Amino acid sequence: MKPRQAWNSPRETGAFFPRDRAWHPPAYTPPYKTSILRSPQRALFFFDNTISEITGPVFGHGILGERDNDLIHNFAKPGESAIGRRIIVHGRVLDEQARPVPGVLIEFWQANAGGRYRHKRDGYLAPLDPNFGGCGRTISSDDGAYSLRTIKPGPYPWPNGVNDWRPSHIHFSVFGSGFAQRLITQMYFEGDPLIAIDPIANTIPDPAALDMLIAPLDMSMTVPMDATAYKFDIVLRGRRSTLFENRREGN
Amino acid sequence: MAQPLSRLKESPSQTAGPYVHIGLIPNFVGIGGVFPEDLGATMVNAKTRGERIFITGTVFDGGGAPVRDCIVEIWQADADGLYPSPSETRGTADPNFTGWGRSHADPETGRYRFETVKPGRVPFGDGRMQSPHVSFLILARGINLGLNTRLYFGEEAEANAADPLLGRIEQKDRVATLIAPRSGDTYTFDIHLQGPRETVFLDI
Repeated sequence: MKPRQAWNSPRETGAFFPRDRAWHPPAYTPPYKTSILRSPQRALFFFDNTISEITGPVFGHGILGERDNDLIHNFAKPGESAIGRRIIVHGRVLDEQARPVPGVLIEFWQANAGGRYRHKRDGYLAPLDPNFGGCGRTISSDDGAYSLRTIKPGPYPWPNGVNDWRPSHIHFSVFGSGFAQRLITQMYFEGDPLIAIDPIANTIPDPAALDMLIAPLDMSMTVPMDATAYKFDIVLRGRRSTLFENRREGN
Repeated sequence: MAQPLSRLKESPSQTAGPYVHIGLIPNFVGIGGVFPEDLGATMVNAKTRGERIFITGTVFDGGGAPVRDCIVEIWQADADGLYPSPSETRGTADPNFTGWGRSHADPETGRYRFETVKPGRVPFGDGRMQSPHVSFLILARGINLGLNTRLYFGEEAEANAADPLLGRIEQKDRVATLIAPRSGDTYTFDIHLQGPRETVFLDI
């Protein structure tokens, strides 16, 4: 237990730009059946950010272990590695003003190469890989950059419709610099024909929005004879400048 | 033609899904040895200032069933009303308090639980003081964009009645969905995703 302050973000004090809720998936998306009973039906209550939303937790690099962003090895026995197609995922965390967002914790999780999660609720017949746990994390650097090494997750069937399959995907959890900037999303792979028929990807109404979650193959970042690479930039909400805001004296 | 504004759009959200525990609390689901401990499991230590409290509750779906696979994250000020964040410019928060916690519904009972301290008051945008509160984020399969709400404290009737945010909620009978009653050192804050008792969710 070690609460402590370890700032590596600039001191930002502006309110975040309002979230464009027509760009995000709505809460109620009947083709994704679980959303039906888990979607609020009343209007959300809006208000301008207060300090409770503008501030947020920051995690220092001290929490990171050497292999935290290496899913090929971080659960594997010594000298062994996870089975599957070796890939690198890299990109930058930016805000809506295209500024890098440094120092933010990024967590990721995924199925193994056969499409099976290491979770007692996953009963898919594809086998577990004894050398693959499926989780990792990193912190964005000063220019917002991050990277991870993993194996390409497999697609898998899931109980929604009779024959629904998730496209290959990696889940991302991103903190940002304020509580209101927090984002959970998924990364898909360029060229996957399952994206177009996925009830979850298609909770996003605007095809241009879904495109933001599809990572292209990036041959410039591959490691020859080792791993291909995919680029996945993540955009968080921008925040207003406080330069000319009206402030109460002494506040 | 005017210059373009050159703004990016926010990456769209996707559900955290049924296996969110693997990514956020891997030790809880038996994936040991990757991270030494699950992040956010402990908010306080022996030196943390303020009144020690527990916050517990259940998230219910529209059918009245507990959401047993959800993750709940909270963010709050310390006992003096300061946030442990670089964006806090009013002072330095208690170094023995994280301000941030992550809990999960118990797979059997559906209850989440936090051990924390009661937060102090922080200002609203216009400088008035807000009633003490804790910010919540609820993540789960079936929730396409994380749900935000706030907990207010049952015994703070006077401060709650004068709170600038609670005062703006038009349907006064819904304010009660944000107020957690106290019993001993424990506050119970149940969250209803749908139905006649639907919690007031916030567009922050």
